[in-house]
Amino acid sequence: MSESPTSPPQRSRRWMLYAPLGLAAAAGAGFWVMLRGLQTGEYDPRGVPSALLGKAPPDFDLPPLEGSDLPALAIADLRSPLPLPAPVLVNFWASWCVPCVIEHPQLMRLSREGVRVFGINYKDRPADAAAFLQRHGNPFAKLGRDEPGRVAIDWGLYGVPETYLIDRQGLIRWRYAGPVTPDVLDKDLRPLLRRYA
Amino acid sequence: MIPELGHFALALACVLALAQAVLPIVGAARRDPRWMGTAAPLAFGQLIAVGVAFGALLWAFAVNDTTVSNVVANSHSAKPLIYKFSGSWGNHEGSMVLWVLILSLCGAAVAAFGRDLPTALKARVIGVLGWVALGFLGFVIFTSNPFDRVWPPPADGRGLNPVLQDPGLAMHPPMLYLGYVGYAVTFAFAVAALLEGRVDAAWGRWVRPWALAAWCFLTLGIALGSWWAYYELGWGGYWFWDPVENSSLLPWLAGTALLHSAIVVEKRDALKIWTVLLALLAFTLSLLGTFLVRSGVLNSVHAFANDPTRGTVILVLLMVYVAGSFALFAWRAPKLAPTGIFAPISREGALVLNNLLLCSIAAVVLAGTLWPMFADILTGAKISVGPPFFNTATAPLAIPLVVAMPIGAMLPWKRGDVWAALQRLWWAAAAALVVGFLFLAALGYPVWPALGMAMAAWLIVGAAADIVDRIALFRRPAQAWQRARGLPRAAWGAALAHAGLGVTIAGIAGMGVATDTLVALKAGESTRLAGYEWRMEGLSDVTGPNFTARRATVTVLQDGQVVTVLTPERRTFQVDRQTTTEAAIHTNAMRDLYAVLGEERDGAGVLRLHHNPLAPWIWFGAVIMALGGGLSLSDRRMRVAAPAPKAATVPA
Repeated sequence: MSESPTSPPQRSRRWMLYAPLGLAAAAGAGFWVMLRGLQTGEYDPRGVPSALLGKAPPDFDLPPLEGSDLPALAIADLRSPLPLPAPVLVNFWASWCVPCVIEHPQLMRLSREGVRVFGINYKDRPADAAAFLQRHGNPFAKLGRDEPGRVAIDWGLYGVPETYLIDRQGLIRWRYAGPVTPDVLDKDLRPLLRRYA
Repeated sequence: MIPELGHFALALACVLALAQAVLPIVGAARRDPRWMGTAAPLAFGQLIAVGVAFGALLWAFAVNDTTVSNVVANSHSAKPLIYKFSGSWGNHEGSMVLWVLILSLCGAAVAAFGRDLPTALKARVIGVLGWVALGFLGFVIFTSNPFDRVWPPPADGRGLNPVLQDPGLAMHPPMLYLGYVGYAVTFAFAVAALLEGRVDAAWGRWVRPWALAAWCFLTLGIALGSWWAYYELGWGGYWFWDPVENSSLLPWLAGTALLHSAIVVEKRDALKIWTVLLALLAFTLSLLGTFLVRSGVLNSVHAFANDPTRGTVILVLLMVYVAGSFALFAWRAPKLAPTGIFAPISREGALVLNNLLLCSIAAVVLAGTLWPMFADILTGAKISVGPPFFNTATAPLAIPLVVAMPIGAMLPWKRGDVWAALQRLWWAAAAALVVGFLFLAALGYPVWPALGMAMAAWLIVGAAADIVDRIALFRRPAQAWQRARGLPRAAWGAALAHAGLGVTIAGIAGMGVATDTLVALKAGESTRLAGYEWRMEGLSDVTGPNFTARRATVTVLQDGQVVTVLTPERRTFQVDRQTTTEAAIHTNAMRDLYAVLGEERDGAGVLRLHHNPLAPWIWFGAVIMALGGGLSLSDRRMRVAAPAPKAATVPA
């Protein structure tokens, strides 16, 4: 009826009407894979199993945050002298990351309790990072700046915030992608800190 | 007993939905008036059944019935009554019941007020709503029964997440749901039109009130959520481009496009296929938001409750509705050929531009939200997309949209003249330039906030220019009043809504120059920020109904005069030992003074102080937009063609 002589170009463009269906089907298949992966553990938006678990962290040497008197961070801080006096945390963060704000009070609490927290500032502007620490407080004993994000690639960073626990032998024991909430702190991190103390 | 009654009512509603999904649609296909006539009674029956179920749920929460596991998980006898009620929809199971209740309310409204609808169209619309209700009722009954019992009953409930104990949040989900479900009605109209193979001007006129009502509620819902994040989360921000926030923005963008393209269908009998697609998209994106939030496939700060098993069921529902309607679209859309002729420079041309830009923004936001998830499963790459991407990618699309808004509203139908429209807008353009220059040079704003101010002035003065032009205030001042009264309310509504967006943009621009500081102050010490002196008077303990709190008293002075006393609190809820921050905010409509209390160190309280210029305008603008929508809804033309039942409802 409507495919009348007045609308010949319509016929050639009819495939476009199938585009929404195709896109929706592709998205649906993708979501299906994600849900399956959630149950088998292959897909996890929060905690990604790290290939580095039980291994020493890769080599790195990062510049300090200009304008702050925090010492810079390098692999030597995680290696020597072994054994380390206590397990340490390495936290990747950025001032532009909202979950980092949520996580920050927990890091502050840990640092006040004497846990050594090392920070790696990921893809951030120095002024923004300094302002963030100024505003929310500084939990980091040492802080390296990874502006190009290369160290993050070596560590297999999923996103920020992400936290690693390094035991006294200098091996990665735990990795958590996502904000360390009070819940994660009490249920996961504190028992681990006790175990590797 | 009452919870069992609620459970039974849900099952009854499910059976009624099945009947509603089948009988009227088969009746419409067979042109059998008796079968089609079942649509209205079934829709009313469903409303009653779901209403009883929701009432039973409210009752269980009100009397704190601890044999119901949902009450145990989400309520507590010490909670104020209002939060007992809001707790009933503040959790997954209850919120799904609320969703279905609003859906059945819409179905009944179509049945009651759609007397002028052609019988077959009405039967099909109600039938499609029956399909939607059937899916969601099945979902509630089989995966998320809100009436599950526990035995033996615990002594008391485990409380509601204290972050959620808040008037703003109590209202936020119902508003959003009114919006989402409103798009279920436009979806039903679109599917009915595809089944019928006909879209005409009358169809556009019936769809528009629903699109408009849904849009108003969604606007308010998003604004409430943003406002809540601003004052409750205590970060001083109002929008974080979080996936959950984005998933409420997506249907809003599609819905805004739908709102405008439906006008073209109504006035010019064109853009039919596109409008039907937008109606399908708006609902698809609403469902997508539900899926993303409930299934746990994304990493968000807002995901309060999720479960992959439920995710699977929602995905199946989503695919049935979306794939089903898109397949129907691909098959039937060629029947909806346009009849109107189209000139690019005209009102309809401008509305097409509006649609293109809005849909591009929606596509950018959708891609930014979903890409990290899809990159993960396709290539294993772990990437995160943050505010820098969204800001840089949406700004080049939003700016032309804003620039075109007043011009488009000035263009006549069929054939317009951009130059003539610009001539009538010259003073809006002048105002924009002056404002932009003033903020840039005189007030020292950075470029982007100054540009935002110019945009805001352009929109607000442009909307005023539109009205002035229509009533010929300067050309024939004597009859201006007469003409103003004769002007359709839809015109007033459109101008008001456009101006409201301008107000929101001004607020966003103002937040672009917000300042803040972090200080540790002992009693008697003070600090300066943004021309104010903030003096810490002291810290004290206070006790609320179900919490204890530490409260700082901060006096804010300007030139030695007391402006206000702020009392930010850090509350600890006894039942689940959670701590929340209560920001103290003083507003005078032009700026917010905002204080958050942090930890305490050696007798000093750590305070985060913000000076947020024009912050309230962000939400005030959204209210103006919704008012504009409401005004447009009350237009006589809409009431005559298709009464807009939701215009009369008091915002729940």
